[in-house]
Amino acid sequence: MKGEKPSYPPRWAERFLCWYCKPELLEDLQGDLNEYFERNIKSEGLRKAKLIYIIDVIKFLRIYTLRKPKFVDLLIQWIMIGSYIKTSSRSMVRNKLFSAINIVGLSVSMSVGLLVIAFTYDLCSYDDFHENKDRIYRVVSRYQQSDNPAINLASTSVKAGKTIQESLSGFEQLIIMRNGFAGDAVIGENIVPVSGIWASESFFKVFTFPLISGDPNTALKNPYAIVLTEKSAKKLFGTSEVLGKEIKFDTTNYIITGVMKDIPKLSHVKFEVLISFSTAEIKIGKEDPNFLAWGNIWQNYVYILFDEKTDPAAWQANLDKMNKEEAKALTTTTIDLSLQPLKEIVLGPHLSNNIGPSMTPLIVWVLAGLAFVIIISACFNYTNLSIARSIRRSKEVGIRKIIGASKSHVLGQFISESVIISLLALLFSFGLFLFLRGQFLGLNPFIEKTVALDLSLPLVVQFIGMALLVGVLAGLLPALFFSKINVIQVLKNVSALKVFRHITMRKALIVVQYTFSLIFITTAIIGYNQYKSFITYDLGFRTENILNIRLQGNKSDQLIKELTELPEVNEISKSLMITSVGSSHGADMKYKNPDDSAMVWLNMVDEHYVPLHEHQLIAGKNFSLRPKKGEESEVIVNEQVLKRFDIAKQDPLKAIGEVVIVDKIKLTIVGVLKDFHYGTVEDKIEPVMFRYSSDEPGGYVNVKISSANLPATRSAVEQAWKKIDKVHPIEATFYDDRIEDAYSQFSVMAKVIGFIAFLAICIASMGLFGMVVFTTETRLKEISIRKVLGANEGALIFLLSRGFLFLLALSALIALPLTYLFFDQVVLSHFAYHQPIGAIELFIGAGTIGMLAFIMIGSQTLKAAQSNPAKVLKSE
Amino acid sequence: MKGTNLGEFEELVLLTIAALLNDAYSVAICDELEKTSGRAVKLGVVHSVLNRLEEKGLVKSKLGDATATRGGKRKRFYSVTSAGKASLLKAKEVRDQLWNRIPEFALKAI
Repeated sequence: MKGEKPSYPPRWAERFLCWYCKPELLEDLQGDLNEYFERNIKSEGLRKAKLIYIIDVIKFLRIYTLRKPKFVDLLIQWIMIGSYIKTSSRSMVRNKLFSAINIVGLSVSMSVGLLVIAFTYDLCSYDDFHENKDRIYRVVSRYQQSDNPAINLASTSVKAGKTIQESLSGFEQLIIMRNGFAGDAVIGENIVPVSGIWASESFFKVFTFPLISGDPNTALKNPYAIVLTEKSAKKLFGTSEVLGKEIKFDTTNYIITGVMKDIPKLSHVKFEVLISFSTAEIKIGKEDPNFLAWGNIWQNYVYILFDEKTDPAAWQANLDKMNKEEAKALTTTTIDLSLQPLKEIVLGPHLSNNIGPSMTPLIVWVLAGLAFVIIISACFNYTNLSIARSIRRSKEVGIRKIIGASKSHVLGQFISESVIISLLALLFSFGLFLFLRGQFLGLNPFIEKTVALDLSLPLVVQFIGMALLVGVLAGLLPALFFSKINVIQVLKNVSALKVFRHITMRKALIVVQYTFSLIFITTAIIGYNQYKSFITYDLGFRTENILNIRLQGNKSDQLIKELTELPEVNEISKSLMITSVGSSHGADMKYKNPDDSAMVWLNMVDEHYVPLHEHQLIAGKNFSLRPKKGEESEVIVNEQVLKRFDIAKQDPLKAIGEVVIVDKIKLTIVGVLKDFHYGTVEDKIEPVMFRYSSDEPGGYVNVKISSANLPATRSAVEQAWKKIDKVHPIEATFYDDRIEDAYSQFSVMAKVIGFIAFLAICIASMGLFGMVVFTTETRLKEISIRKVLGANEGALIFLLSRGFLFLLALSALIALPLTYLFFDQVVLSHFAYHQPIGAIELFIGAGTIGMLAFIMIGSQTLKAAQSNPAKVLKSE
Repeated sequence: MKGTNLGEFEELVLLTIAALLNDAYSVAICDELEKTSGRAVKLGVVHSVLNRLEEKGLVKSKLGDATATRGGKRKRFYSVTSAGKASLLKAKEVRDQLWNRIPEFALKAI
């Protein structure tokens, strides 16, 4: 048979046979199949022979050939657990350093995992208390005006709700809600401000909010009916037995028709009081002719409880039809309604005008990803250290195997060892979690409002599940390594064990760990620096020592009169809103061309506003007239307005006196402002105008203060406020604080990533430390011989640390360009104005980590290099 | 009891094992059956029958020596036990009795 290659049956089929077949039948069966295979090669050819082999293997899969699961095996594993625990704990106690590294690393990383699980669990269990949660849907709108980008809104129009109610079927109940009810409740002598929502009568049929007293069917039926929560009833009356009592808002009396149990924390709808929707129809419907317009989609919410038979996806066709029908009457705007499941309201796409918190799933994924990286990093440590120290354990494994342990027993032993360690780590991490929870909730008021992170049974089960998973993940590689150990080799000569065979893999793990650590720390540092630069950004006007007081409906004159009496107050102005913190008002402006109109951002200010904020006028002057509301004729614009409408060829001096039309009023440009940041630095500077108004009860009073003792001045201002408004507490913030608030999301991000970076560095450092200790220990003899032969300490330290430093350099080489590109291309491209990334920010993190690693490596290698060679070599 | 009765195919296999003497292993049995009966015999069927016969205690088996063929796997050789012999004999007896009761002319007519 010269030149004929021996041919074999398909390998995987053979393996499959080995896997399922009873051992006592296996050999014979394999032989038979082989014999047929050889015959078939001759008669049918190799390909067909292989095919027949595969078919035969599958055909032989019968009950009598099947390997029975060995209960004995399981029993043995169970009996042996005692032994495993004993040997594992002995080995843990023997290697205190390595055990500590493993347990601390795992518990620190797992605590972050626990936090993410608890956070996600809370978000996922939002609105779970509603009995019909799977059948409740919200009608949401997509609004687009001419060519502007579309806005997705959680709100919709009253008309949509009414039309669905009257003309469509397939659902059980429908609620129309309107938010924004706020007023001062007058009860006898007391005046208490309360807020709430208007809701139609089926509210309690759709949502599961149990009533303590009152009839859920009729509570919200009649006009001027009000339902209180238990908490607000106590706040208003001091008792929850208030059914039938009256509350007065302004001049209207409301009758309490129900008291409901307090709203659970994980509910997206939150309110103090509910007012029947028929009240809104009477009160607001009268004043606002647009109340029932199709386009009035800003404040109303419609929830539908579907029949069990209705498929909401198919039902959507009804809405599509309605959209088309109504679109005929619209000219420049399009409004499309669609359905959103209740469970996607909190954990779903971002919508404007949302009620309650909302979080895009992406954020949850990012958080989970970060936690995963940290946990994996700690698992790497475990894997690395276990395999590195395998020489010490391999004899034990050898003996076990000789006594009769099979591969699966050894696998089981080492997996159970790592699971024991991870469960132990879970105990510590649970303590850490309790601590971290407080810190996390305190990060941002939004987080505290959104989630409770309370413990519950399913949550604890998930925690334990995670610990088990981490244990298996960490122990899998070492367990596989040990189960494959060759007994004879190990018992004859331990050093023949190829521990260093996996050295490349272990090096790769260290590089991965350090790369992640570097990415995190650099990201945190750059992010924080950018945040700092945002809040100190030159906005084009001054914000120092300006206290903004929200008027909350009060007359500004009285407050200003009180404030001017304070010696610390220098100047006072009035404005509709506060610029540069993310909020905005706009109005359409036209110049000579009647068809060309554009939205221009707007602030209504008085004559003191521009000088107080030191806005720079490059042409013209401040407002000179003091018109009443609606009689104004002057406007101040910024340079971008001149550019947008090409007024006077963009020459500021010539633009003075030009007339623009805003809201059908002719306004003369009296001043041109130097461009300033009306929005946040994320946005480009756009056209802005200031219009005159000295009467904005919904606006602010801006107070410029010169005082060494700001807190004292603030409390003086508060005293002044109390004189004019006894009901509402003062809402006053310094301008700089408001700006800081506007960017608080970035500071939260920087803090979170900074914390993650800290953990990643700790874990990576511990792992590196362990590896250095191990390497120097195993190379102690070599070092001693080198010393005897004349090597000096410096050369030895260099020899030992060279490899590790190379790994660190490699990871820096990967991490730094990645982080730079990430910021340069992805993050900062969202910001129209930002500082460039500095070299120092980029390298300071790498430098710190490098120093840390060098100290660790250096201290250990120095110890080894200083050891007395005579002592080491003597003990051979 | 099912154990004592032989199925038709079981009987054939058992007879083949007896006929093959010391060379009765699965593939050889298969080939022999194909040769004598003239019908296609599947290895899987023979295997399960052998397994059943062994369970009933009618045959016993032992592994042979390893050879270079069959990918180095040993053959499992089967031999008929005394219980097997007894049930073969009993089957033959039953048939013989029936045969003897048939008059010669009746057969001729067929």
